[in-house]
Amino acid sequence: MSLLEIKNAHLKLDDKNILNGVSLSVNKGEVHAIMGPNGSGKSTLSYMLAGRDGYELEEGEILLDGISLSEMEADERARSGLFLAFQYPVELPGVGGMSFLREAVNSRRKFLGEEELDHLGFVKEARKEASKMYVKDEMLKRAVNVGFSGGEKKRFEILQMAMLKPKVSILDETDSGLDVDALKIVSDGVNAQRNNDNAIVVITHYQRLLDYIVPDFVHILSDGIIIKSGGPELALEVEKNGYSGLINAA
Amino acid sequence: MVATQQTIDKVKEVTSSYKYGFITELEAEKAPLGLSEEIVKFISNKKKEPKWLLDWRLKAYKKWLTLDEPNWAMVNFPKIDFQDIYYYSAPKTKPKLNSLDEVDPELLKTYEKLGIPIKEQEALAGVAVDYVFDSVSVATTFREKLADEGIIFCPISEAVQNYPDLVKKYIGSVIPIGDNYYAALNSAVFTDGSFVFVPKGVKCPMELSTYFRINEQNSGQFERTLIIVEDNAYVSYLEGCTAPQRDENQLHAAVVELVAMDDAEIKYSTVQNWYPGDKDGKGGIYNFVTKRGNCLGKRSKISWTQVETGSAITWKYPSCVLKGDNSVGEFYSVAVANNAQQADTGTKMIHIGKNTKSTIISKGISAGKAQNTYRGQVQIQKNAMGSRNFTQCDSLLIGNQCGAHTVPYINQHTPSARVEHEATTSKISEDQLFYCLQRGLDSEQATSLIVNGFCKEVMKELPMEFAVEAQKLIGISLEGSVG
Repeated sequence: MSLLEIKNAHLKLDDKNILNGVSLSVNKGEVHAIMGPNGSGKSTLSYMLAGRDGYELEEGEILLDGISLSEMEADERARSGLFLAFQYPVELPGVGGMSFLREAVNSRRKFLGEEELDHLGFVKEARKEASKMYVKDEMLKRAVNVGFSGGEKKRFEILQMAMLKPKVSILDETDSGLDVDALKIVSDGVNAQRNNDNAIVVITHYQRLLDYIVPDFVHILSDGIIIKSGGPELALEVEKNGYSGLINAA
Repeated sequence: MVATQQTIDKVKEVTSSYKYGFITELEAEKAPLGLSEEIVKFISNKKKEPKWLLDWRLKAYKKWLTLDEPNWAMVNFPKIDFQDIYYYSAPKTKPKLNSLDEVDPELLKTYEKLGIPIKEQEALAGVAVDYVFDSVSVATTFREKLADEGIIFCPISEAVQNYPDLVKKYIGSVIPIGDNYYAALNSAVFTDGSFVFVPKGVKCPMELSTYFRINEQNSGQFERTLIIVEDNAYVSYLEGCTAPQRDENQLHAAVVELVAMDDAEIKYSTVQNWYPGDKDGKGGIYNFVTKRGNCLGKRSKISWTQVETGSAITWKYPSCVLKGDNSVGEFYSVAVANNAQQADTGTKMIHIGKNTKSTIISKGISAGKAQNTYRGQVQIQKNAMGSRNFTQCDSLLIGNQCGAHTVPYINQHTPSARVEHEATTSKISEDQLFYCLQRGLDSEQATSLIVNGFCKEVMKELPMEFAVEAQKLIGISLEGSVG
């Protein structure tokens, strides 16, 4: 059974067809990359999976570990083990990073029937993971994403992923706004979390990120439908010939 | 330090919509219904007061008869029938208690339901609590320890008996009996409240705390608090309020007077969580409070911090009169109004002395159909050379049926003074909510977290144990406002 199963997903925004029958199976231990030109529906796909208001499916189904997500609100999906690393992480003025992490982790733990971590236990765990992402204590004391640089925002996203231990992570344009050094830190963080029980879906415009997070499968999304799937070599083909060649061939 | 998960758990335990809506069964001894000279005499007599205080009350009563209810605030409510209120009720408990064991067990149960186990509080927090239950204080703790330091902390009715000179000198010295309609009413019929005196050079070693509780049906609450802090002394005073659910509106018109001498500091913190009424505002508390601090001495400092989540109507402007040169006034406020609540609250900073300084940070949160008004006055009088004020008023709107209003009055009569006013209005954005939801927080947790973040500058001014309680209250009072 697939860990994430998207079946014939159709979605409209303002009466415009954005997703036109996306189907995708992601198994445990796999990393999939979804590539596509601007306006192909990549971000819509990630919001749809995460259950953002207004991004409800017109037709089709999504299953997480065999359970349908369609009737679940965004927070239930998150607690069930679906994580979205945002392209543009949102600022939460006055909300301390450490407090935010603790709320999130305890929500997930509670859902899993695990005991909530006490303050000290949590801080210890958070610091351990944070140091791997080069996130300093001082940054965890600041308000979430407020005044963070592009690199800090993405590192904080991946730190949250590490703390929440989701079944499926969707990384939406995680490379955007990162220089090479930051890209390496973030990618190392993601790679460290790859294991045989979870799966990662990387959504990206450029092949560059896939040099660091090497996918098992690559899919090309165009006009809201996957037009081609293949191995890592497909990403290189995009890099070489652009999307237009693939789209025309399809 | 976020308490939202606990908030959710707490909320889930609660079956009724208002957590503290239970009624303690204590027999009350009541004055007849209504207000007259006879009632004023009845109260004074019940409390075995000296003649000067009776005369003072009668003078206030006569003044009250000549005053009109203020109508300038942005609040609407049916006219109050002041003859349909009981002005005195006392629980039938032995007035003198040697230990908590002698306290009416019903009363102790009430505090337990409120989540304030007395013993635990004594032991853990080191807080001396002067319990005001309806109108008569029935238990006072830690008084002896405070007495060792020369600090007086007792019900004001007791202070009238034991320290008449102090009370006579200062009562009404900050808020004159004719100051406003509700202050005059309070002066005529106040039943009890707290009295604090901190002598020269003494820093009060613990936070002094009073839990107020409105209990007797239709008995207006007229608390009177007087705090005097002498040269170089310090006190931090906490006031927290909850009230049981009632069908009829309950009037509360408290008066709090603070006096700070040279280099003295008073920190006064309030968490107010009185019953706000149902979704349509029916049955909530009317809270008309007059609070003012007099920075009499040089370099004295008075700081008001309030978290106002309850009451159907809040009419409250804790103020500072900055008489002493270089004195400092501060006002930190969070006012939450949900459903049909109406809040008109703010402060007055009256700069009289030279180089006086005031800071105002106000955070107003409106949800449901609530109206939330900040009303503040900064007055720099002509001798207040070099004085400064900084005001920041932020409003947060949740939903699209509520209102936020900011009404600053600035009167400046000194060219060398500086007054700054900043104001913002914002909404909780969909992006913020979605971000929190995507991390597994439910919409109420998310709202509470975002709102508490918005209020952070004020919350950090609260003493620790109060801040935790206040965070929970903010979450509880915004239930159902999103989603």
